[in-house]
Amino acid sequence: MSAGEIRVAINSDQDIVLARQKGRALAIDLGFSAVDATFIATAVSELARNILAYARKGEITLRAVQGSNRRGIQVVASDDGPGIPDIHQAMRDGFSTSGSLGLGLPGVRRLMDEFGITSQPGQGTTVKVKKWKQ
Amino acid sequence: MEVPILKQGEVLIATFQAALSDADLENLRRGLLQQVVRFRSRGVIVDVTAMDVMDSFASRTLREIAHMIRLRGAETVIVGIQPEVAFAMVQLGMTLEGVATALDLEEGLAYLTEKFKSID
Repeated sequence: MSAGEIRVAINSDQDIVLARQKGRALAIDLGFSAVDATFIATAVSELARNILAYARKGEITLRAVQGSNRRGIQVVASDDGPGIPDIHQAMRDGFSTSGSLGLGLPGVRRLMDEFGITSQPGQGTTVKVKKWKQ
Repeated sequence: MEVPILKQGEVLIATFQAALSDADLENLRRGLLQQVVRFRSRGVIVDVTAMDVMDSFASRTLREIAHMIRLRGAETVIVGIQPEVAFAMVQLGMTLEGVATALDLEEGLAYLTEKFKSID
C-alpha cells in the first residue's frame, strides 16, 4: 500500500457517508478549492452508491497523484459484482437498471477531469477517476 | 441521526445535518409527512445549509418530500443550498424542478407567508 492511500470498504449506506467525508478531507489536505472538494465528495458519494446498488459491496480507494506539473486526486471504485453489460448505455444520462437509483456515471464524469471504466459481466466493475488541482 | 423538526405556527422547519445516510433521509421523509398530517401544517421549510454534499439520492429524496407534501395541500421550500453544492448538483445532472427554493430560513418563511396570503 502506497503512502497516503485511503481505503474505504463499502458495505452499507453509512459507508457512503464515510467515503465522501474521507474524499473531501483528502481533497482539502491536497489544497483543492471548496468547489472542487465538493465535486470530489459528490463523485465519491455516487460511486460508492453504485457499488452498494449494483454489487452490494466493494471498495473505494483514494490517493494523491502527481502529474507532470500538477497534483491531483484519484478515486477508484471497485467491486466484484455483476458488471455492466453495456457500458455505452450506462454512460447515457438517465440510464438506470437498479430501479429508482441512477447509475450517475455521466454526472461523475462531468464532476471529474478524467474518467475510466472497466467492467466484465460476472466479474465486477472498476471506475477510476481523477481530478487535477487548478 | 435524528433530524430536529421544529413547529412554528403553521410551518414545520426541518434542519438537515451534514452527514445524513440514506436511511436517515428516508426516516426524515416519513417523519416530515407524519408531522405535516399531525399538525395540519401548511408549509414546510427544509434547511440544508449544513449539507456539504447533495448526491442523486439526497436530491431525489428532497424532491419526493416536496411533492408528497404538496399532495397533502402544503408547500415546501428548500433553503440554504450552498453555492458549491448547487454547482455540483448541476454538474451531476440533479435539479429540483418544481420545488421552491430560497436563500435562507428568513426568505423561506417570507415566501411561505406570501403563499398563504395569496391562498387565504
